[in-house]
Amino acid sequence: MEHIRMPKVENVRLLDRLSSRRAVVGTLYLTATHVIFVENGSETRKETWVLHSQISSIEKQATTATGCPLLIRCKNFQVIHLVIPQERDCHDVYISLIRLARPVKYEELYCFSFNPKLDKEEREQGWKLVDLNEEYNRMGVPNNYWQISDVNRDYGVCDSYPTEVYVPKSATAHIIVGSSKFRSRRRFPALSYYCKGNNASICRSSQPLSGFSARCLEDEQMLQAIRKANPGSDFIYVVDTRPKLNAMANRAAGKGYENEDNYSNIKFQFIGIENIHVMRNSLQKMLEVCELKSPSMSDFLWGLENSGWLKHIKAIMDAGIFIAKAVAEEGVSVLVHCSDGWDRTAQVCSVASLLLDPYYRTLKGFMVLIEKDWVSFGHKFNHRYGNLDGDPKEISPVIDQFIECVWQLMEQFPCAFEFNERFLIHIQHHIYSCQFGNFLCNSQKERRELKIKERTYSLWAHLWKNRADYLNPLYRSDHSQTQGTLHPQIAPCNFLYKFWSGMYNRFEKGLHPRQSVTDYLMAVKEETQQLEEELEVLQERLANLQKSQSGNNKVKSKQQDRSKQFGLYTSNNSLANTPQEYSSDLKSFPSRSPSQGDEDSALILTQDNLKSSDPDLSANSDQESGVEDLSCRSPSGGGCLPSEDSGKDSDEAVFLAG
Amino acid sequence: RFVGSLGTIVIKCKDLRIIQLDIPGMEECLNIASSIEALSTLDSVTLMYPFFYRPMFEVLEDGWSSFLLEQEFEHLSSVTNEWRLSCVNKDFSVCPSYPPVVIVPKSIDDEALRKVALFRYGGRFPVLSYYHKKNGMAMLRSSQPLTGTNGRRCKEDEKLINATLRSGRRGFVIDTRPLNVAQQARAKGGGFEQEVHYPQWRRIHKYIERFHILQESFIKLVEACNDQSHNMDRWLSKLEASNWLTHIKELLTAACLAAQCIDREGASVLVHGSEGTDSTLQVTSLAQIILDPRCRTIRGFEALVVREWLQAGHPFQQRCAQSAYSNSKQKWEAPVFLLFLECVWQIHRQFPCSFEFNEHFLILLFEHAYASQFGTFLGNNESERAKLKLPQKTMSLWSWVNRPEELSRFQNPIYEANSLVIWPSVAPQSLQLWEGIFLRWNRPSRFLEEAEEERINIIKYNKELQAKVNVLRRQLAEMETDGEVQEE
Repeated sequence: MEHIRMPKVENVRLLDRLSSRRAVVGTLYLTATHVIFVENGSETRKETWVLHSQISSIEKQATTATGCPLLIRCKNFQVIHLVIPQERDCHDVYISLIRLARPVKYEELYCFSFNPKLDKEEREQGWKLVDLNEEYNRMGVPNNYWQISDVNRDYGVCDSYPTEVYVPKSATAHIIVGSSKFRSRRRFPALSYYCKGNNASICRSSQPLSGFSARCLEDEQMLQAIRKANPGSDFIYVVDTRPKLNAMANRAAGKGYENEDNYSNIKFQFIGIENIHVMRNSLQKMLEVCELKSPSMSDFLWGLENSGWLKHIKAIMDAGIFIAKAVAEEGVSVLVHCSDGWDRTAQVCSVASLLLDPYYRTLKGFMVLIEKDWVSFGHKFNHRYGNLDGDPKEISPVIDQFIECVWQLMEQFPCAFEFNERFLIHIQHHIYSCQFGNFLCNSQKERRELKIKERTYSLWAHLWKNRADYLNPLYRSDHSQTQGTLHPQIAPCNFLYKFWSGMYNRFEKGLHPRQSVTDYLMAVKEETQQLEEELEVLQERLANLQKSQSGNNKVKSKQQDRSKQFGLYTSNNSLANTPQEYSSDLKSFPSRSPSQGDEDSALILTQDNLKSSDPDLSANSDQESGVEDLSCRSPSGGGCLPSEDSGKDSDEAVFLAG
Repeated sequence: RFVGSLGTIVIKCKDLRIIQLDIPGMEECLNIASSIEALSTLDSVTLMYPFFYRPMFEVLEDGWSSFLLEQEFEHLSSVTNEWRLSCVNKDFSVCPSYPPVVIVPKSIDDEALRKVALFRYGGRFPVLSYYHKKNGMAMLRSSQPLTGTNGRRCKEDEKLINATLRSGRRGFVIDTRPLNVAQQARAKGGGFEQEVHYPQWRRIHKYIERFHILQESFIKLVEACNDQSHNMDRWLSKLEASNWLTHIKELLTAACLAAQCIDREGASVLVHGSEGTDSTLQVTSLAQIILDPRCRTIRGFEALVVREWLQAGHPFQQRCAQSAYSNSKQKWEAPVFLLFLECVWQIHRQFPCSFEFNEHFLILLFEHAYASQFGTFLGNNESERAKLKLPQKTMSLWSWVNRPEELSRFQNPIYEANSLVIWPSVAPQSLQLWEGIFLRWNRPSRFLEEAEEERINIIKYNKELQAKVNVLRRQLAEMETDGEVQEE
């Protein structure tokens, strides 16, 4: 590829962030799709794969005696610190990566070259896994109050909306078109969620072009129609998710918010969620805290607070809780908007849906939810996640925040979700990876033009195929937590919002719990299932034997598989790890036994299957099967720091380094 | 403790719960309030509940004699003969805060111990805290040496701790005070081990906060947790300002360091601060949690608490008198033991399958250390307990807890014995607030309890199936052999 100036550099050092001495030497390769670092060292040859599309920034630091440091920050929060011996090589790598990380055409993205060796039919089946028509039917529409409208069939009314939208039956095409002209980017009110039980609904739109005094009859009729579609209630809430000040400032530009005097029977409500620029800066600040080298507790807590991140997460949750409450408890329909209605509106609608409907808390339902509220309604994935080179001011962690909200809920309701944390982390990864076509472009229209479904694969099919990895062992469909609406506590529960190290320090395994309860319980459950099967077989055989009393045919017991199974999770428990640097005082102490039996580090040697990046997430076509996703799935993988596999005594000094 | 006004009594409990009672009638209310006030601030130990408590359960095993040092020594003798039991303190005259028997190096006789006791603060001469079977290294604990400003030395003291070293090897002294505090201590007759006299030992100062600083921190944290405001920022800054998690981090780091010296450096370690009754015990007991799989079992953890806290003379009565809601400034009050329990919880969280007990067990110990119907945590040391005749007059917590029906509540369903050393992460990202203690009364816990139940059920069902399958297998095997016999 023409952009690669330097396909291979040898004797590159990969530094460990926690310890400068824990570095490994290897070879760096640049390919058309990945940066690959292969460790030297005969046994393990650990590989680190990073997709170009994951690279968020590359920083070349001042050359030192040992070489030229290159810092690669990834969108999935991996930070790779390389030292390249020659300044010139480093420069070439830097220039190449700068270009590779910022593709200008969709065709350059990985999903167009990624080939998981599925035939055409399987690919098509994959795209059919999530079907929004089916989803609206499941919700109970169309019905007496709601109908599908084809007013946008050629994207003629709104080019960022899907072709098929659900609107109140009483809203004629004339009303819809009229209303769309009175809304930013013509994003007219459309159905997001319908509550079968009480006819209440969640609708979404962009802000009205009301300025200081403008009004629009059709828009007012549209809101009336939404209210009428819920005969049980005599008003609707209009929720503006922006801070009031921002909304007022918009009026000067001819935009703004609904005037309660002009619309009959609405209750207007501001919920102050900050805009994408504030969120981008907040994340940046929090990541700086995560990157601190051995921070003190105060540094960390102070930095976390200062970033404001958890405050923003809480604001989004509060908005979702407000809407869910209005729908479930008051039976009132809600119209949600922000400015353009594709960021905060998507966050809030999806949080509310998740709280309201247990279906969205299942594996399949969660895919449907993202498809419904994000993909189909024109969340600008390309702009927000910087898939193609573009305006950096458009980038913002909007869906990351939604994903975190889900995680925060999972922490509060451990039995309510069918999926586990890993599922969320992998979805986040793929939103940036561009390995699958789902999140390409900014709208359905663009995706159709690019023929995404014919040319790329669907992430949902991939996740569904591996669903065993993503299950929450505590989930039971008949459990009370999986029924009905979730009611998170709102009042003084600031402490319920916690820092998510599993996401933001995802690649620093040393910081995470060393044993995974989820993996352990999943292994137990799997074994239980085998036991159930065996029990059945045994009972049958026993019955036969008792009948005939002559059954001496030896049926091979399943014991062997079972003990293998056992091994799986006992090994999980014999997790080993090594100490961190607890003190700098130890290093000058000379007398150290050179021949120290190191049983725990010896064990680490067997756990070299750890990959620094999710290989399944970064594998290219011919690497697919070779580089399975072990780092996340293998219960032993979580146990050791990336560079600890070489648990030799000579490395001992590492723990004592200053 | 209470605040009475207009027929309302607010009772703030030591387990951090706040109860509000509305009582009709001003007079009744005042009477009740003053009664509670009086009854909750008894001055005499012998008037306290443990002396009146009559157990409603059958005692299967007397907890007072469940964990004797003799048993521990027996265990030790099976692997090494370098140590001996000494009864030099049998009448508590050598060291009032030590138990009657202690474990010391075999080569040191009682006469020498008496001399060393005079050289150590409060008579707390170095004794064995933990023996690392894997490499024969020992962890000792003591109080500070009384070197004073003129650098006094004590040959017996040097000989005692050198007796724990292998030839040609060195050891570490972990002093839980910063260097300047240790230096200042000399003016008051205290001090630290100087290199000239202890050439085989390297001193590390690892500062751990003590007394009123900890208590203030505790009070601030509890205040923050009870704050009813809606502001996210305030919560994090209050959590930060309480410094509680900083103490946790420092303490864990010190314990890890001690464990690292023993396991990784193959060196013996002596731990002490000033008195050797607080931070010293935190470090030695946590290091054992990290190093010794036995301490991660229920029985082993109980033994650890008895050995390293009760027998080692942590003054529970002084430290755990009032808890966090006290208005009056208690000079000796400090949540030293609670900090230890929380550190165990932090390690537990990082290694959820490696402990036989669950979080409830730690919470139980917290509660009983502050208020209990059992006599276990009364008194400040073994000598006081003997004087109060606690074993005769009160019931031991262990007698109750170790009955099978109680134990089952404290078992960790996903425990799988792990014989390895477990190294926790002490990074801020890895440490969390212990919600089970601090948010216990103001967080919705139903969903978490349901999750716990679910975990138990998954394991239980698995075990049941396993048992069934085993029974059937055996039956089948028997029938098959019978069948074969018949055929023959």
